[in-house]
Amino acid sequence: MHFPISGADISPVYLVVVGFLIGIMGGFFGVGGSFIAGPALRAAGLDWNFAVGTDLAHIVGKSVVAAKRHRALGNVDLRLGFVMAIGTIGGAEVGAQIIQILKRAGNVNSVVSIVSVVIYVSISGFMIWESWRTLRNQKQKRTANGRAAKATSARSDESSFSHVTRSVQRFQLAPMISLPASGVKSISLWVIILVSFIGGLFSGFLGGGAGYIRMPMLVYVLGIPTHLAVGTDLFEIIISASYGTFSHAIKGNVDIMIALVMATGAAIGAQIGAITTQYFAGPKIRLAFVPLPLIGAAVVIYTMITGHKL
Amino acid sequence: MAVAAKRTKTKAEAQHTFRALLVELPIYAVLVVAYFFCVLRFLGDWLGQLHANHTVLYAGVALALIIAQAVVLEWITTLLLRLLRGRSE
Repeated sequence: MHFPISGADISPVYLVVVGFLIGIMGGFFGVGGSFIAGPALRAAGLDWNFAVGTDLAHIVGKSVVAAKRHRALGNVDLRLGFVMAIGTIGGAEVGAQIIQILKRAGNVNSVVSIVSVVIYVSISGFMIWESWRTLRNQKQKRTANGRAAKATSARSDESSFSHVTRSVQRFQLAPMISLPASGVKSISLWVIILVSFIGGLFSGFLGGGAGYIRMPMLVYVLGIPTHLAVGTDLFEIIISASYGTFSHAIKGNVDIMIALVMATGAAIGAQIGAITTQYFAGPKIRLAFVPLPLIGAAVVIYTMITGHKL
Repeated sequence: MAVAAKRTKTKAEAQHTFRALLVELPIYAVLVVAYFFCVLRFLGDWLGQLHANHTVLYAGVALALIIAQAVVLEWITTLLLRLLRGRSE
């Protein structure tokens, strides 16, 4: 199929299948999947600037579907999502400015590559440790209390990092807000804005929706249950990716036809992913999340070694 | 007893949902192919013109299109799933 905007010839079946796979992942983990969609578009022959912009547009479509499904399942905290949008947009702008400064200094590629590998590997390492410890504690508790405790496992959300989360929630800096949908009685607005600002910063700095950093921060720093973190992160990605899409489209970097075709596959994949979360407990979702940042790190390392962008 | 019954019910519900999704996939594929040929074919040239001559308008239209398509597709897939689940119950 010929796409006149970017001038690329790409099989629509390929686009639908890529969209479908990323949709499943996005619906399940609450990430945009740009670290896979970008290289997949690049591999299909799309120029890098079009790959980045088009990927963002497709992420908007996929996130709308997945967030709507999660909302129907009660997994979206709208209040938290809207508050986070402020920090995300501010962070994305600062991240983009840092990129411009590094570009002028002439070492943008090496700095971004090293920072991203360190971040990806740290997130994965931390999440392996935390979810493995939580699952081990749950198993010990079950053995001690008998099988009755297993009844709560489908959507249970214990965390070995909860002592840190409680300290964050005790931090008193007005204004304090409550997040009843997430079960958080009181938390400083500034903490939420700081968390979303960091997410936005990485989104502007490393590209994509930055769900790989925002979702773990929602769980571990703000204490949002994993299922709600996934749904709220997707809602948040709609806002940040829409902003990015508009900005890239003005620069001529979005082939919306390709994004529309990808989104047809993503629409059904995202629903499957979102429904599947209902059958997994929080620590298991977090443990399954671990390979995603590692894939991102592998892509960056490959690019650094070979000099070819995937 | 109640715990075992609850677990069996959840498992059965999951199997039911995934069976309905498997039936939904080919129906959805047919609709998507029709969509490619009917809608995207006609939109291509117009969007190409917008992209070349009116970038701000193109950006707005692109965003509106992707969101509108997502809302409509979500509605269609939910409807299909509901119909299929309802029929097999």
